[in-house]
Order: sequence, then C-alpha cells, then structure tokens
Amino acid sequence: MTDQHAGHDHTPPADQDGPLTYYQTMEIALRELLVEKGVVTADQIRAAVEAMDARTPAAGGRVVAKAWCDLDFKQRLIADGTAACEELGIDMGPTRLVVVENTDDIHNVIVCTLCSCYPRMLLGPPPDWYKSRAYRSRVVREPRAVLREFGTELPDHFDVRVHDSTADMRYLVLPRRPDGTSNLSEEALADLVGRDCLVGVTLPRLP
Amino acid sequence: MQEAGRGPHDMGGESAGPVDQAAHDRLMWEKRVDALVTLLGHKDRQVLRVDELRRGIEQLGAAAYDRMSYYERWVASMTNVLLEKGIITSDELGRRMAEVEARQAEEAGR
Repeated sequence: MTDQHAGHDHTPPADQDGPLTYYQTMEIALRELLVEKGVVTADQIRAAVEAMDARTPAAGGRVVAKAWCDLDFKQRLIADGTAACEELGIDMGPTRLVVVENTDDIHNVIVCTLCSCYPRMLLGPPPDWYKSRAYRSRVVREPRAVLREFGTELPDHFDVRVHDSTADMRYLVLPRRPDGTSNLSEEALADLVGRDCLVGVTLPRLP
Repeated sequence: MQEAGRGPHDMGGESAGPVDQAAHDRLMWEKRVDALVTLLGHKDRQVLRVDELRRGIEQLGAAAYDRMSYYERWVASMTNVLLEKGIITSDELGRRMAEVEARQAEEAGR
C-alpha cells in the first residue's frame, strides 16, 4: 500500500466540509466492507465508541482513593492489580495491571516506548503527549527533565523508576496520599487524583 | 525495508525536543478506528490481535511512520493485516474507496 497523503493536516475540524483525507476514506471503506461481510455490526461499532467515550480517569482515581483508605485493599492491589480492580467492578480485559507505589523516596513514571500501551480501562484513551516521540524517547533517559516540563520537581533523594508498558501488561502509579488529607472522605480523595499523577508526571493535587 | 535491529517505532532513549502537552479532541473517524481495533481483537472474533496491529505499524517504514498521524498508522496497519489474511481483498478495498470518494464529491457538489 502506498501513502498518497503527505503534508496532511493532523487536526481537521470534527465537522469538516472539506474532502476526506486518504486514510479517512480508507476507514469508511474498510468499515463498510467489514459490516457487509458480517465481521462486525454498525451497532457494535457505535457501542464500542460510546463505551470508550464513557471511560475517564475517574475510575483510576477511585482505585487510588480506595487504596489510600483501605490498607488491605492496597495490599491486594499491589499483589494483583487486575483482580483488585475487578473487585471494584472494573474489567481490565485481557491485559494485566501492575500497580507501582510511590513512597517517601521512590517515584514511578509509566511510558510505552514502542507505541502507546496505557491502562485505558482505568484512565480512558491516552493523551496525545503520551503517544508523542518526545515523551517516549526522553522519559526513559531523562525522566527528571521531562517531569520538570510538567511542573514536577522532585528532591534529589528520590529514586525515579520508569516502567515501560507492553500490550499485555499495563502499569498504574499509586501516588502518595497528600499530607493534610486525613479528614477527607474517599470520594473527596478521589477528586485529588488526576490522570497525570496516575501516569506519574505530576503529583496529586493538594486539597 | 528498515535495517535489522532498531525499527522506527523503537525510540526509547533517543534525543527529542520538549514534550508538547497540547491535546486535540479525538475525531469521530479516529474513534471508529479505535473501536474497530477493539472489536476485531475481541476474543470472540480474534480477527486482528494487538501484536498483529503492532507488527503492521512497525512495517510501515520509517518515513511513513514519522509522516502519518497516530490513527492513520492504525487504519493503515489494520487494513494491511486484513488484506494479508484475505478478510478483504485489495480489489474490494480499491473499488470501495473510489465509491466513498465519489459519494463525498457528490455530497460536496450539492
């Protein structure tokens, strides 16, 4: 297959009136053929898009807040992330989840250097920067410099550990519970946990 | 053909500029590509496994890999793997793409 499509626009408007790009045309043609052949149905495609849109980092926040409040759950989460998420009704699909815990002197960051593997079931689809050449190239070599670009400055004594994901094995960072949050409910704690701190490029918000 | 050893996708440890944190909203066609990959990889179908999608992306070659957007790589790889497996033929695909373009041109002309 040849690529007839140099110098394209990566971000045409969603309601574009202009001509379809080569690959947009390919998507439509491929999808129509697969529906006609009975490989998938149009309803299944719609449902899969809706299910994907419904997934947000809130699920990851819920898991982390539960681990902060329930030590037994936290131990189960670290021992077997997939099974612990299933307890909360979160299906990890065919992938295995490994949860890496931040401590007083260990900070974890996740990446997929080869492509874009990401704990989608907990966080939704990965942000553009996670898939970018700059992040994938640099975070394994100079994680502190990359973290600094996200506004995260770690004291020198921290051991920064970078985890490279695979198609079958996804990582989630378990951040440290922020100081001064002992009075907060699990729900309020979950609100402090955004997507980026679960990837490890930031720290949880302070209340 | 890329050199044996390190492929264009294998970029861990290389030098690169700052991380661009700007986000774009995923377009509908991109979401449909993602949905198709998920559905075709479902254990009840097993038409396209994740490792096959990956291999297809890695075989696009360095120039195409860099030029194409993320979901362009996905749809190109998915299409190539389905062609290889004979689930669709290049004749069907070529004809259908021409039809889609013709329909689009007709709609634009209205």
